[in-house]
Amino acid sequence: MSTIEIGQLHKSFGALEVLRGIDLSVEPGEVVCVIGPSGSGKSTLLRCVNLLEEPTSGSIRVAGVEVTDPDCDIDAVRRGIGMVFQQFNLFGHLTVRENVTIAQRRVLGRSRAEADRIATANLERVGLVDKAGAYPAQLSGGQQQRAAIARALAMDPQLMLFDEPTSALDPELVGEVLAVMRGLAAEGMTMLVVTHEMAFAREVASRVVFMDGGVIVEQGRPAEVFGRPREARTREFLHRVLEPNRVSETEIGAHLTD
Amino acid sequence: MKLSRRRRQRVARIAGYVVFALAIVAVAASADWARLSDAFFQADIAGSMFPEAITVALRNTIIYTLLAFVFGLTLGLILALMRLSSILPYRWAATAYIELFRGLPALLVLFMVGYGVPLAFPDREIPGGVYGSVTVGLGLTAAAYMAETIRAGIQAVPKGQLEAARTLGMSHTRAMISIVLPQAFRIVIPPLTNEIILLTKDTSLVYVLGVTPATIELTKFAGDTLNTRVNPTPLVVAGLLYLLITLPLSQVVRALERRAARER
Repeated sequence: MSTIEIGQLHKSFGALEVLRGIDLSVEPGEVVCVIGPSGSGKSTLLRCVNLLEEPTSGSIRVAGVEVTDPDCDIDAVRRGIGMVFQQFNLFGHLTVRENVTIAQRRVLGRSRAEADRIATANLERVGLVDKAGAYPAQLSGGQQQRAAIARALAMDPQLMLFDEPTSALDPELVGEVLAVMRGLAAEGMTMLVVTHEMAFAREVASRVVFMDGGVIVEQGRPAEVFGRPREARTREFLHRVLEPNRVSETEIGAHLTD
Repeated sequence: MKLSRRRRQRVARIAGYVVFALAIVAVAASADWARLSDAFFQADIAGSMFPEAITVALRNTIIYTLLAFVFGLTLGLILALMRLSSILPYRWAATAYIELFRGLPALLVLFMVGYGVPLAFPDREIPGGVYGSVTVGLGLTAAAYMAETIRAGIQAVPKGQLEAARTLGMSHTRAMISIVLPQAFRIVIPPLTNEIILLTKDTSLVYVLGVTPATIELTKFAGDTLNTRVNPTPLVVAGLLYLLITLPLSQVVRALERRAARER
């Protein structure tokens, strides 16, 4: 059974159709990276998987459960899906340890001792045990994002969603977050990652999905999509992202010199 | 002599301070302090007010304030949640309530509760006697103000906080209780202090309910003494006792704000 199975997913915000018929499945243990220009619907697609956005039409099955079914217990489904946000979204009034234990205690009903033990184990995984007593505001962006990953992992998810997890970070802090994510992938975690980190996608992804204009333009193994992109739109995007210094004036319609 | 630009600014600033200080001294010196102290600072009259000024009047003022604050805060929170509800009739009801009670003088509401409720429900009465009537009478108005303050506080908590909580499997209610409201209340501590200070002074309206020597509060107590002694010294005493409540309150809040700042 696929971990995620999306069929003919459409999503509109008012008159703006952001997703225009997405078909995508993610198998257990797969790391799928979604790339594409801003506004292509990548984040919306990710947010539909755990119903942070309500799809306009189509079907989404997570581990066999149809999440768009009105009778679906969405809180139960979300317990099995970890999510990491661009803006970290750590709870500002709680310490790092409390951030990692609160849902374990309030949602899973674990005892304080057990939640603490699991929190310590997961903070060790992301290298933040010594910051357990700190408040989020006292941490760097990279540390906050690693704490947010530990918070999600403490719920024992079978699937992790990453929504541009390094886009809000200073360049020198990107590496530590990617290192944690690479480790997770190596452990066999099923991951759906929206990212602008092409090197990460090329190295870690089992499959790369290129989206533009609310549709999946092409997908395949990283070597195929990066090495021999079939579609012109994919080639154009990769050229602009991977070789920003070679984007010519004529290409963008500028006339800076006579 | 040519002064530098920076020095000119400094001279102008010092000159400003001097003029300001001189103006205050001039006003103070031209006042007739002998007549003033005759009217407002009669030690024997002030002395005759104690200990009742503290054991009864100040105590009741504090009790009225706290009761009305707790009632107003609870109702205000409910109204704020109703205003943010996705259910339209709740939003309408809360908006109507807030517009109505913000627009009416507190005195009028207190009067309606004190005399209107007994007329409407002759077989029942608000429990707690005058304490109950004050709680409701002042709390209803305070709730309208606090509802708007709390709503703004909830909306100031970034949307991502609620999303992160929901993503972890928390229900909407659980996420509000554990994640959003604790952060919202840290944000609204300063405006809520304003609210409790305003309430402290609004307890001076309690006289419209007719108070006994046991339930008297500061302003009425001072007014009664003024009438019997034909001298306004009691008002000064009452004023100082009000400050005795509000100044420490400001200190407590400053301490709370410092603590909240560390955690943000």
